[in-house]
Amino acid sequence: MKLRSRPLVCREAVEFMSNYLEGALSRRDRRRLEYHLRHCDGCTNYLEQLRLVIATSGTASPDDLNADVVDGLVEVFRRVRDESPQ
Amino acid sequence: MVDDVALLEALRVGDERAFRELVTRYQTSMTRVARYYVRSDATAEDVVQETWVAVLRGLERFEGRSTFKTWLFHVLVNRARTIAAREARDVPADASDDASALGRRFNEGGMWTDPPTPFTELIDNGIANERMIRLVHDAIARLGEPHQAVVTLRDVEGLTNGEIAQLLELSEANVRVILHRGRTKVRAHVETSLRGGTR
Repeated sequence: MKLRSRPLVCREAVEFMSNYLEGALSRRDRRRLEYHLRHCDGCTNYLEQLRLVIATSGTASPDDLNADVVDGLVEVFRRVRDESPQ
Repeated sequence: MVDDVALLEALRVGDERAFRELVTRYQTSMTRVARYYVRSDATAEDVVQETWVAVLRGLERFEGRSTFKTWLFHVLVNRARTIAAREARDVPADASDDASALGRRFNEGGMWTDPPTPFTELIDNGIANERMIRLVHDAIARLGEPHQAVVTLRDVEGLTNGEIAQLLELSEANVRVILHRGRTKVRAHVETSLRGGTR
């Protein structure tokens, strides 16, 4: 009998998803995951959620930036600029 | 958005606004990555400040062979390592248990007991809305190290896994494992916040 890959269960499928999105799965594991995804709405939703989270991470959110910190750094900038005339 | 190269040119002739823009762009990520090495937020801010001083003094030496972003994080990591060594402590590879991120979501057979549903309320015309952006960045801010540094460098700043591995002196496989755990936690935080009813 030919040895075949055991199908993934959901608990295992979610462990593969980050590497799937990184293109870092072996061909065999990629196929196992894609086969699972074709039959599982829950995992398909999970993958879409991950995609959305990752895409959103790259969207700038500078509102948590402390204005005092920026002003302090600008002070530093002026000092460094003035110590070495261009 | 003005690109880094244009800002660098402006910086070389002493343009303060260009500096302000670069700080705004990178400050949060820099502080998070510094925090990977040093113990306190205050020390991390010192590392960031020293990094900017080194960058400003080294501008003439930057030849553009790497991107500015990669160079910036290299300078940062070198500073952070020096200070961490001065703090004379072990850098704990905190692999805090992330089992709770998916908790009891699977039955004994490994199938979902409570399957995920789409985050459709967080999307406007295919683009994440402001609430989603806030939730995701809040979740990243809550991550412990090393997850926060790796998720920041990969998903916020877009460095490659290879660049991150080199920067943090980890194997690429290790970077991917940390990234996976970090992303798992961020997704779980967003989902929990949505279900938690702070709508």
